[in-house]
Amino acid sequence: MAAPGGFSGTDFRKEEAYFLGFTQAQVMAFVVLIAFLLISPFFLYPVFLMKLLCFALFACAFNLLVGYVGLLSFGHAAYFGMGGYLTGHAAKVWGLPPELSILLGGLVGAALGLVIGWIAIRRQGIYFAMITLAFAQMVYFFCVQAPFTGGEDGIQSIPRGYFLGFLDLSRDLNMYWLTAGVFLAGFLLIHRIVHSPFGMVLKSIRENEPRATSLGYRTDDYKLMAFVLSAGLAGVAGGLKSIVFGIATLTDVFWTMSGEVVLMSLVGGLGTIFGPFVGAAVIITMQNYLAEFGAWVTVIQGAIFVLCVLAFRRGLVGEIGNWLRVRL
Amino acid sequence: MSPPRRPLLAALGGLAAMPATRLRAQNALGGRTIRIGVLTDMSGPYRDPTGMGSVACVQQAVADFAGALGLSAEVIQADHQNRPDIGSSIARQWYDQGVDAIVDVPTTSVALAVSTIARQKNKVFLNSGAASTELTGAACSPNTAHWAYDTYMLAKGTGAAVTRTGGESWFFVTADYAFGTVLQRDVTQFVEAEGGRVLGSVRYPFPATTDFSSFLLQAQASRAKVLGLANAGTDTANCIIQAREFGLTRRMRLVGLLMSLSEVHALGLPAAQELLLTESFYWDLNERSRAFAERVQPRMPNRAMPGAVHAGCYSAVAHYLKAAAALGPAVTQLDGAAVIAGMKAMPTDDDAFGPGRLREDGRKLHPAHLFQVKSPEESRGPWDYYKPVATTAAENAFRPIQEGGCPLVRSPAL
Amino acid sequence: MDDIFGIPAPLLFGQLLLGLINGAFYALLSLGLAVIFGMLNVINFAHGAQFMMGAFVAWMLLEYAGLNYWWALILAPLLVGLFGVLLERTMIARLYKLDHLYGLLLTFGLGLIIEGIFRNQYGSSGLPYRIPPQLSGAWDLGFMFMPIYRGWVVIVAAVMCLATWLVIEKTKIGSYLRASTENAALVQAFGINVPRLMTLTYGAGVALAAFAGVLAAPIYSVNPQMGSNLIIIVFAVVVIGGMGSILGSVITGFGLGIIEGLTKVFYPEASSTVIFVVMAIVLLARPAGLFGRA
Repeated sequence: MAAPGGFSGTDFRKEEAYFLGFTQAQVMAFVVLIAFLLISPFFLYPVFLMKLLCFALFACAFNLLVGYVGLLSFGHAAYFGMGGYLTGHAAKVWGLPPELSILLGGLVGAALGLVIGWIAIRRQGIYFAMITLAFAQMVYFFCVQAPFTGGEDGIQSIPRGYFLGFLDLSRDLNMYWLTAGVFLAGFLLIHRIVHSPFGMVLKSIRENEPRATSLGYRTDDYKLMAFVLSAGLAGVAGGLKSIVFGIATLTDVFWTMSGEVVLMSLVGGLGTIFGPFVGAAVIITMQNYLAEFGAWVTVIQGAIFVLCVLAFRRGLVGEIGNWLRVRL
Repeated sequence: MSPPRRPLLAALGGLAAMPATRLRAQNALGGRTIRIGVLTDMSGPYRDPTGMGSVACVQQAVADFAGALGLSAEVIQADHQNRPDIGSSIARQWYDQGVDAIVDVPTTSVALAVSTIARQKNKVFLNSGAASTELTGAACSPNTAHWAYDTYMLAKGTGAAVTRTGGESWFFVTADYAFGTVLQRDVTQFVEAEGGRVLGSVRYPFPATTDFSSFLLQAQASRAKVLGLANAGTDTANCIIQAREFGLTRRMRLVGLLMSLSEVHALGLPAAQELLLTESFYWDLNERSRAFAERVQPRMPNRAMPGAVHAGCYSAVAHYLKAAAALGPAVTQLDGAAVIAGMKAMPTDDDAFGPGRLREDGRKLHPAHLFQVKSPEESRGPWDYYKPVATTAAENAFRPIQEGGCPLVRSPAL
Repeated sequence: MDDIFGIPAPLLFGQLLLGLINGAFYALLSLGLAVIFGMLNVINFAHGAQFMMGAFVAWMLLEYAGLNYWWALILAPLLVGLFGVLLERTMIARLYKLDHLYGLLLTFGLGLIIEGIFRNQYGSSGLPYRIPPQLSGAWDLGFMFMPIYRGWVVIVAAVMCLATWLVIEKTKIGSYLRASTENAALVQAFGINVPRLMTLTYGAGVALAAFAGVLAAPIYSVNPQMGSNLIIIVFAVVVIGGMGSILGSVITGFGLGIIEGLTKVFYPEASSTVIFVVMAIVLLARPAGLFGRA
């Protein structure tokens, strides 16, 4: 996918680690993010924020693959949705506590990612995207047929339960802190992965795979590892979402969801650390606050995508970073 | 290094400011005004039978009743985009920010989610657009009422009546989705109870099918007398167009198990004629329904005639306002379950459905009508589409209360 | 003696024929996509919306101008193609040097806008459009009842595919086109207006989608979402055939129509998933699709 003018973000040679692998600008942005996470539930609607964070985590997980390895998956709904279903089933039917259920969702996502990724990483570019789409459609078919998913009615009334046995998650604010914690942990984990030696190899694969191979790296192993991590985190995001909303339904495994996460990452800026968060925020805000415009919602959404491609091709965060000449 | 912070803060601030200002504006409107939110499909496949028409009918109900009952009521609207996550986050936000009742909500997955939230927050949920009997069955709630129709009513109204009038062998083309399979199961039960037989069925992937000719050919080969279409929306329309094209209508009777007036309008009479379908409301049913339709038509999108779901929204809100007036706005806004209990305690009566009642499990009871679509020659003009064939009385039209498994209902043995 | 896997042979035969007819739509739609991708390197996600526009324009011509099906068959592709030219000039042309992904995203956005506008104007339930009287009726083939219109669709689609292939492979303008995908700068240096060629190609691809839309109008409900149900399947067809391969997309279109038709008999629930199973298998065995150049 390394076409001229590729989508892999801004290229700045000067990239000094300032703090925990963050550059100075990233530290500032990170402080802003933490401040936002701490303050926002007191003046924004918490459930809206939780939804935003679930999708932000999903987009971050997706971005790990597309932004840093250059693999565009068009089937991430499969891991997100299956993570959601398993978490919902575990919490509702097996009565597991929320933290275990979400973990289980993540594991299912990762296991599914291992199988699909093992096959898909043999292909590149648009063919990789299409193979992942094909498998995601098969997962969707499985979800329509399998009795435990409840067809299009989905799994309803999933209990939020008590975190670690004592924190009552049915109170929105408690649920919010858990969601924010999981998001932050996932965000930092991805950041850590990207800046580890492992991450450096991933980026070298993105820039020039034959060269990475010639240097003696078994690139397929690295790609598969990144794929599994990405799928696992997507599963966690899906699980978190089904605990927050108490529902897991077919829309989460449908191909439009795979498309949506691509859009989020693009709008925010591919290959940027903060891009997926901002992209998710923009899309989720649009879905929620354009809802009262009724039928115009799709038209407005479409117009924003067109505008993004024509005017802000690096995504919001990428454009801001480019303008300030820093990497965000 | 100050530059990086400013634009980012501005960006995040701008993002944050939008919902925040809205929230404050909404709180200021609280007070004693009853707030009704219409949550519906405005941009998806069920837009015409629900959508802005539902909003128009809710506004009509407020105009007809609120003032007369001494209440002040306000109607807001949103598009759930047929997605449970969007629908349930809007519903939560509405309820938390002072919306007292949510109306309509087509698409069962969204409806079930909203019903759960209404119960958690002790608010009111008046469903008209969803088809599933779950809402008044295992998933019933003291905060939910289910108005216009459900799959059981459609199955009984159509299955039994058609079988009795000579359509004793059936073939189903069914959407491979819960509503499709449930509809088929229920119809089968009534067909067999009347001595009919089901010769076969085919389940097709939903929503990814546009061509049904293959399934129609299988139906034809079965030599069944009746073709039951256990699907909805444009799928049903495509089945009907193609059934006519392949000449199925010469030997088989076409039955739309879930069809609405707007879909018949969209198909046009040449394609839809002779089709059998069950509805709980038709504008040209009697004096009162005509009066209602005439009142609401100017508000309807494209001056369409209201359909059953639209009328359900009107009737539900009308009855809700009556109960609210009896309880007073303070209680209405505090205790959703009390309002629903009040609604169950008094009989319903409005122009759209006439007299009826709201059952203990939240099911609204009214007659179900089996209609046949008129031929182009019989029709006197636009929207004159149905001729009545049979009517099932209100008490028999819906699932018997003991069979639903609703935990709210005390079993007769106790 | 008449049964094949428990299905009466005549019925199976009919099903194969129907599969072929559906394949004609897939072929026609994927042909347009393949032309656009092959020449412009743009993945045209608005293709479904443009297919839908073709059907709607046919309806509008009848409703507002009283022009019948035969006029629509010529005028609708021209009008929608013109609209495509406008899109290409104002927006898509800016993306040629960039990654595929941007073209995909832009056209996805355009598709949303077009669909939304039509839904606002005409609702979601659809509009009626009749089969032209010259083509209504049916032949009794003995084993099935075959509507004349379906036969017409297969023939017209096949002719259209052949014509497109001939234009690209055998004419001068086609050779310019193929040359400019290999080396646009060189072709430009020979004094050929490459940007205009690109514009026309996009217009032609869109016109093909609209043409398919007019063909579909009498047999499918004309509604705003009629294209979005098809687009993802048509994408799979293009990928299986080999991105950009004209011949590949046509053959795969017809072939997958038949495979889908058979699945509709033996395991109908899976009839939309089967295409993705085929896609996964093909891509694993032949990375560049059946007819693509690796």
